[in-house]
Amino acid sequence: MRGKPVAIPLPRLGGPLARFWTDFRDNRGAVAGLMVIVVIVFTAIFADGLAPHPPNQQFRDALLVPPFWQAGGSLKFPLGTDDIGRDMLSRIIFGARLSLLVGATVVTLSLLVGVTLGLVAGYFRGVVDVAIMRLMDILLALPSLLLAIVIVAILEPGLLNAVLAVAIVVLPQYARLARAAVISELPKDYVSAAKVNGASPLRFMVITLLPNCAPPLIVQASLGFSTAILDAAALGFLGLGAQPPTPEWGTMLANALQFIVRAWWVVTFPGIAILITVLAFNLLGDGLRDALDPKLKR
Amino acid sequence: MLSFFLKRLAVVVPTFLGVTLITFSLIRLAPGDPVELLAGERGIDPARHAQMRAELGLDQPLAVQYGRYVWQLVHGDLGHSIVSKETVLSEFLTLFPETIELAVCAVTFAVVFGLPAGVIAATRRGTAVDHTIIGVSLTGYSMPLFWWALLLIMLCSVTLGLTPVSGRISVIYYFEPVTGFMLIDSWISGQVGAFASAVRHLALPTVVLGTIPLAAVARMTRSAMLEALGQDYVRAARARGVPKFQLMTVHALRNALIPVVTVIGLQIGVLLSGAILTETIFSWPGIGKWLIDSIARRDYPAVQGGVLLVAAVVITVNLLIDLLYGWVNPRIRHAR
Repeated sequence: MRGKPVAIPLPRLGGPLARFWTDFRDNRGAVAGLMVIVVIVFTAIFADGLAPHPPNQQFRDALLVPPFWQAGGSLKFPLGTDDIGRDMLSRIIFGARLSLLVGATVVTLSLLVGVTLGLVAGYFRGVVDVAIMRLMDILLALPSLLLAIVIVAILEPGLLNAVLAVAIVVLPQYARLARAAVISELPKDYVSAAKVNGASPLRFMVITLLPNCAPPLIVQASLGFSTAILDAAALGFLGLGAQPPTPEWGTMLANALQFIVRAWWVVTFPGIAILITVLAFNLLGDGLRDALDPKLKR
Repeated sequence: MLSFFLKRLAVVVPTFLGVTLITFSLIRLAPGDPVELLAGERGIDPARHAQMRAELGLDQPLAVQYGRYVWQLVHGDLGHSIVSKETVLSEFLTLFPETIELAVCAVTFAVVFGLPAGVIAATRRGTAVDHTIIGVSLTGYSMPLFWWALLLIMLCSVTLGLTPVSGRISVIYYFEPVTGFMLIDSWISGQVGAFASAVRHLALPTVVLGTIPLAAVARMTRSAMLEALGQDYVRAARARGVPKFQLMTVHALRNALIPVVTVIGLQIGVLLSGAILTETIFSWPGIGKWLIDSIARRDYPAVQGGVLLVAAVVITVNLLIDLLYGWVNPRIRHAR
């Protein structure tokens, strides 16, 4: 008796990058996240062409116009207008530019500084290690948003200072990851080989160690995008981040509480934009973790 | 156990000293002269200015000032709020129960819904139920809290009229505070309406603050359960014919709880960050709103003391969790 033909999964071939891609592709959520991010990046780059109006242009005869599908709405303002007659859709499109910029700057800054600190701490150990990691512990002892708020309060509110504050707040995560990765890599044979070959500390750390510590850092960087966007938006909401009239999503919600009764669209759309962007980066981060972490492979 | 405790303490003390260094620098780095801040809008003449600088010790070298600052801290003196003239410590202690109450309710909410959700997702791995729970919890995890609060106010308070928009309790009720926890105090007072009002005011802030912990608990429970279910002891129990419910709860869940408890412990910082936003939006009279108000009013002594006390709370909770682990799990105690 012959049963149905059984599909035997082929062993996955190709280099590490190809293997990574096949693993990543299997995760539908992660692919969806990546696609959304591509769309958002596209929106941000071509904001000038895509937005129907300039983000800060005020249409004095069209205050709090509802979205086009509601009575009184028009396709001139697809998602309605705010209390001083600015087009919601255009502001949200331009907001994508700011949020991505904030995410990218925070991740780059914190990755550079945090990884350097972690590498140095893990490589030299001893006093240097203790000093760096205690400093990170101090940062961790304060709730992230509170620390960011305090930093911004000292530096004066503004988008740039908000970015700096958020970058400082997330440093410990990168430093800890990099340090842990270095310490787990140090006893391995390829490390001893590089040392015997006389690699200088700098060359050794950057060229030999860093690539082998990369996976957890890549995952953290992806998740770091969402944290950065959320925190910067929260600071904007509290009036400590980007200042009006900047079309930043959090700042747009700063005085939204007063429109809860009469203009739901002013309250709803900027938040949806934040949620979708953050969700996309979280999906991507989860997918990267599954594809890069061999322990979780089925 | 004692040596483990001392080792942990040896890490905690320098961390705390570091935090005092940050809060000490805070008032010196902040824009504006502290004396002028104290004097307020009225301004101050130069002679009085110099005198006040001397009184406040601002003419001393920084090291001396810092030493004096720590000395005062050790004696429980965190300074006075510029606005209310009360001591920072007493203001903090009055408001802190409100934040604890909110945080405890949020964590309870997170565990009551997150734990079963995670278990259900794990037992139905790969089904539509599992995918839905994963999707919803990742969405909750990505939620901008302040917007979530606005959305819930719009839906529950404005459209449905179920809950009040803000505040702690309806102004028509009055009773003497006993514990500082509104739920308990209103219950003790014997006024049914007061208790109901306190609960209604609590509902939305609890949901908002509990959303991210809820998502974290559900995600962690699911993956810990999946790991536990793959273990040999669960297979052995299944082979012995242990009923499914018992297998899930006694054999799998109990072992899966350790990482879940860790996640709950890690949420303390997230909770306090979230409390800042939640309390600000709902006008909840707790630490978070107080800190934001103090920053807006440039009440630096209050900010300085508040940040220090919040850090002290986080450090203490983390220390307690560490000790609890060491007590529960000897392997941690004896590592390194």
